[in-house]
Amino acid sequence: MLSRVADSLYWMSRYLERAENTVRQLDVTMSLMLDPGGTSAETRWKRLAASLGKATDLDWNGDMDAMARILVFDNLNPASVTFCVNGARENARQVREEISSEQWQRLNRLFHQMHSPHAQSQFSANINDSLTAVIDGIHLFKGVSDTTMIHGQGWQFIRLGRYLERAYATATMLEVYQPFLFNKDEGENYGYQYLELVGLLRCCTSFEAYCQVYTADVTADRILEFLLLNRDFPHAIRYCVDGIRHAIESVQRTGGRRPPDELTAVIGRLHAMLGYSTINEILADDAAGFLHLIREQCMRIHELIYRYYVHYSIQSALAS
Amino acid sequence: MSAGHQVEVDSLFGDYPLDQAFDEMRLPNGELRPHYRALAESLASLPPDELQRRKQSADLSFLTQGITFTVYGRDEGTERIFPYDLLPRLITAQEWDRIERGLTQRITALNLFLRDVYSDAKILADRVIPRELVYSCKHYRRQMRGLQVPRNVYIAVVGSDLLRLNTGEFVVLEDNLRVPSGVSYMLTNRRVMKRTFPQLFTSYGVRPIEHYPQLLLATLRSLAPEGRPEPNIVLLTPGVFNSAYFEHTYLARQMGIDLVEGRDLVTHDNIVYMRTTDGLKRVDVIYRRVDDDFSDPLIFRSDSALGCAGLFNAYRAGNVTVTNAFGTGLADDKAVYAYVPRMIRYYLNEDPILPNVETFLLSEDKERQHVLANLDKLVVKAVGESGGYGMLIGPHSTAAKREEFARHIVANPRNYIAQPTLDFSRAPCLINDHMEPRHVDLRPYILFGDKVNIVPGGLTRVALEKGSLVVNSSQGGGSKDTWILE
Repeated sequence: MLSRVADSLYWMSRYLERAENTVRQLDVTMSLMLDPGGTSAETRWKRLAASLGKATDLDWNGDMDAMARILVFDNLNPASVTFCVNGARENARQVREEISSEQWQRLNRLFHQMHSPHAQSQFSANINDSLTAVIDGIHLFKGVSDTTMIHGQGWQFIRLGRYLERAYATATMLEVYQPFLFNKDEGENYGYQYLELVGLLRCCTSFEAYCQVYTADVTADRILEFLLLNRDFPHAIRYCVDGIRHAIESVQRTGGRRPPDELTAVIGRLHAMLGYSTINEILADDAAGFLHLIREQCMRIHELIYRYYVHYSIQSALAS
Repeated sequence: MSAGHQVEVDSLFGDYPLDQAFDEMRLPNGELRPHYRALAESLASLPPDELQRRKQSADLSFLTQGITFTVYGRDEGTERIFPYDLLPRLITAQEWDRIERGLTQRITALNLFLRDVYSDAKILADRVIPRELVYSCKHYRRQMRGLQVPRNVYIAVVGSDLLRLNTGEFVVLEDNLRVPSGVSYMLTNRRVMKRTFPQLFTSYGVRPIEHYPQLLLATLRSLAPEGRPEPNIVLLTPGVFNSAYFEHTYLARQMGIDLVEGRDLVTHDNIVYMRTTDGLKRVDVIYRRVDDDFSDPLIFRSDSALGCAGLFNAYRAGNVTVTNAFGTGLADDKAVYAYVPRMIRYYLNEDPILPNVETFLLSEDKERQHVLANLDKLVVKAVGESGGYGMLIGPHSTAAKREEFARHIVANPRNYIAQPTLDFSRAPCLINDHMEPRHVDLRPYILFGDKVNIVPGGLTRVALEKGSLVVNSSQGGGSKDTWILE
């Protein structure tokens, strides 16, 4: 597979994952604002912005609907949903011949949906429906990707992008939310605390899955355990790292080069870290540091993929 | 046809003007041509809004398939679908047979001409074509002299533009021997039309064209360098900003080959490689959709980043096939065009089956004086341009424009030719809610590998603006599906 093509598929996938994450976190934040409790709207907004990794770009202006509109539609702002959808489509357009027509049409529809002249007025009329429609569009794209595209190397790069982005975003979110989770205000009504915790789960579309494992007994340490260490839930970081490992192995099986030892080592270390730690050890030690380390390792994996599969030097390639 | 049908046909086609131009649908007396009768009746029998509804559903189909082009100078991301007309253009088996034979003959002769000019140049020695005309051509590439091209095929992919005159006869307006485009619209138009008029399509017995990508792939494979039994074939595109990018991706996907850009390619020891996730991989055949000028900065334009440095040397060494060959623009120069009938007689010893349009060469004194005196009646074209650029249509021009062209012609006569303003044929188009005639041409696509292959069809281009004679998509033209009948 052409290096440029692998690059585009990888980013197409990352951008869509990012768009989905942004929409879901926005949706949850807005619904939490309906029950103000002890947390101000401004705090919630700042937490959202930090969790999306673009804390400085969007200053709180007091009007949540207007802020939401920027976060969804401002296509000059790299944090916005439209920016991500544009990026995904632009990458897809450059590898139009590699993806199936169904994938392209699906993504194209999502793009036109975001750019439709009515999109913004519909959004103001019913924010919830609009956000759901975007998530639906992305889910449909993922569905046709899995069913209409050959599960060859290109598909593996799509998975790599998806899992790396998801692992990184979940780690960032947990890092931002972590102080709130354990900093309990004794005077506060438990009902509000419960909503906060459930909100965090819903940011990763994981409330129902959590209940199946732990019942509705929602506690901060169990949430951390679930989102970090569960091996069967697709939004848990451990699951994502398993996915990354499997995708890199499959890249080789489908005609890519053998992953360099450096890359297998980073992925293996991350995998072991998540596979052999318990939540009590993590909490007793340094949870924030643990989450930060996960993010660093994810960035390292990204760099190595680029150095070995995309931007390698011609001299080294001719020599081998 | 029943009387009731006649009334409905009249309401849909009412006020359909006829004059001396050939109408594809109607005879001069206003009656329908026999092969158009079923189409007209079927359209007239649809409920009033049905045509509009089908048009909208076809629009949506083009949009979601991404068959669009970007409108520049407006909001970022403004995309329009490629304009097309809902009604198919019909061509009978007998008419097509003549076109097919004519084009086969013409392309064979043009290929022999290129081979001759770039080797012994016998046709010049025999004074059939003036030497200075060939050597002064903008697209002549001296680097191609004496170079052996695979199977002696210079032009593997050709699109020739035909017009139908008011006698009903098809003539060749020009040949596109460099990087002809539009075939993806021929293929997607057909797909959409089959869905839009399924019953009508079945009842007509239309010859299929869908195998074009497979034929193209076979053509490219047949031109692979010796000793490369499993050739790695790629399509070289200038990239996503090129107006034909949709077509490049479409063809690569339909053929199952890699779509590469210049930046994906490197040459080493006269071998072309592409950068893959498994390291460098050798490239054997390049279907080139990048102009000569931009293909190799070491040989052609040094400021171009679209091609691949060293490509031409690898080609000269026979390690990679590039098609179409470099320098083929020589044979579609509009002044060289005037000599194609003579080429056919010279190389094949046959009379041309498809005639040329009468062409005045402005480097000849007598012809130039005639043209300068009659600029308001003639069409003047720059010889090396395509896409409808650099053109003066006399009857539709202003005095100032004519003066400007007269100055250009006197300053550089070799750069221009003139032709009579042709009253070429018109076909019915759906304009708002009824039919109006619009000028159409026909561009069939010809493949040349082991032998000449023409899929029965082509792109019918339409001048959608009323009265306009310009069908180029860059100048407000659209397209129609073309049905060659069994």
